[in-house]
Amino acid sequence: MQGVVKVVEETLFAIFMNGIFIKNFLLIQFLGLCSFVGVTKDTKSAAGMSGAVIFVMAMAATASYLMYAYILIPLKLEFLGLISFIVVIAALVQLVEFILRKHVTPLYRSLGIYLPLITTNCAVLGVVLLNVMKEYDFSQSVVFGVAAGIGYTIVMLMMSGIRERSTLVNVPSAVQGLPHAFLIATMLSMAFVNYFRVIPV
Amino acid sequence: MNALSEFIRGITKDNPIFGLVLGLCPTLAVTTSVENGIGMAAGTAFVLICSNMIISLLRKQIPASVRLPIFIIIIATFVSIVDMLMEAYTPPLYAALGVFIPLIVVNCIIIGRAEAYANKNNVFYSLIDALGESAGFLLVLMLIGGIREILGTGQIVTFGYHVVSIPINPATFMIMPPGAFLTIGILMAIVNYQKARKLARGG
Repeated sequence: MQGVVKVVEETLFAIFMNGIFIKNFLLIQFLGLCSFVGVTKDTKSAAGMSGAVIFVMAMAATASYLMYAYILIPLKLEFLGLISFIVVIAALVQLVEFILRKHVTPLYRSLGIYLPLITTNCAVLGVVLLNVMKEYDFSQSVVFGVAAGIGYTIVMLMMSGIRERSTLVNVPSAVQGLPHAFLIATMLSMAFVNYFRVIPV
Repeated sequence: MNALSEFIRGITKDNPIFGLVLGLCPTLAVTTSVENGIGMAAGTAFVLICSNMIISLLRKQIPASVRLPIFIIIIATFVSIVDMLMEAYTPPLYAALGVFIPLIVVNCIIIGRAEAYANKNNVFYSLIDALGESAGFLLVLMLIGGIREILGTGQIVTFGYHVVSIPINPATFMIMPPGAFLTIGILMAIVNYQKARKLARGG
């Protein structure tokens, strides 16, 4: 029975759904909360940030898998994993910024200011570290990276929509701002927790 | 500027969670119990103290234009040390904290203090600042962990000692993810209310 469950869990589709809903990065795993409360004041910037995150997450999952599997493991340098992942992500963000600025200027104008923020976003490093921890192979790593990015986007857009509409709501002055955002997050998180019951993990 | 007031400032005015609002991810993720909160705070404190001292020691040598990459490498080194030590000596805690131990490296508290304080002050004050911030972080994690554990399981068990138990019907909601958001939302509202009242009384 245990074996059957494990096989079902490891299909690419299961990893995909897991990354988006069941192990949602923002609401269930608490990764990337700084941007979650910081950049969700309006939908436009939330969408820009989400686009940049999907992009960098997918690239980081790919690049770090290749580096870990083909450079660090053969050389027995696994203990350098953390330091090298950070360097890879920082370099990748820089590279993406250069390429976008040169070739896709409109996209750069909308995503540009969010790119430097991503280097220290724990969600991106979280994807990479979880991939290593769960010993995913190449396709699983990439799928998990993309799925985590999509899950992030869905929640960012929901949150920013709700916050934009609730600016006119009359709440006590002590609750305004961050506490209000956290109380909204409580409701959203309650909805996402129920996905545990759909597919027991 | 005296050492005691610098230390107290880390707990009250510049408290990492309620004052500076930095490092929210570990605060919410690991506070399912007091024990996990203490473990997380200990790991963060080690990294914060070591990196603050090293960065303060090297602040005249580090060129301003590349300071952030250098800070991150220094911090990542200490995080790797903590990661390996915890894996070797406290395996149950390591399993409970999971991915959040390596993620100390992107905890905004550490790089924030390096940039805002250690880069400008001498080694002694940087050490005091790191101790104060660590104490503030520990207290908040213990508070949130305590609230969630006692409401979620009806008792607090820390490192094998049964600290306290209350006769309630445990609300599993509190140790699930939404409970974390609810707890910190209410605590932040209380802190804001107190700040506003203090301001109104003072001015």
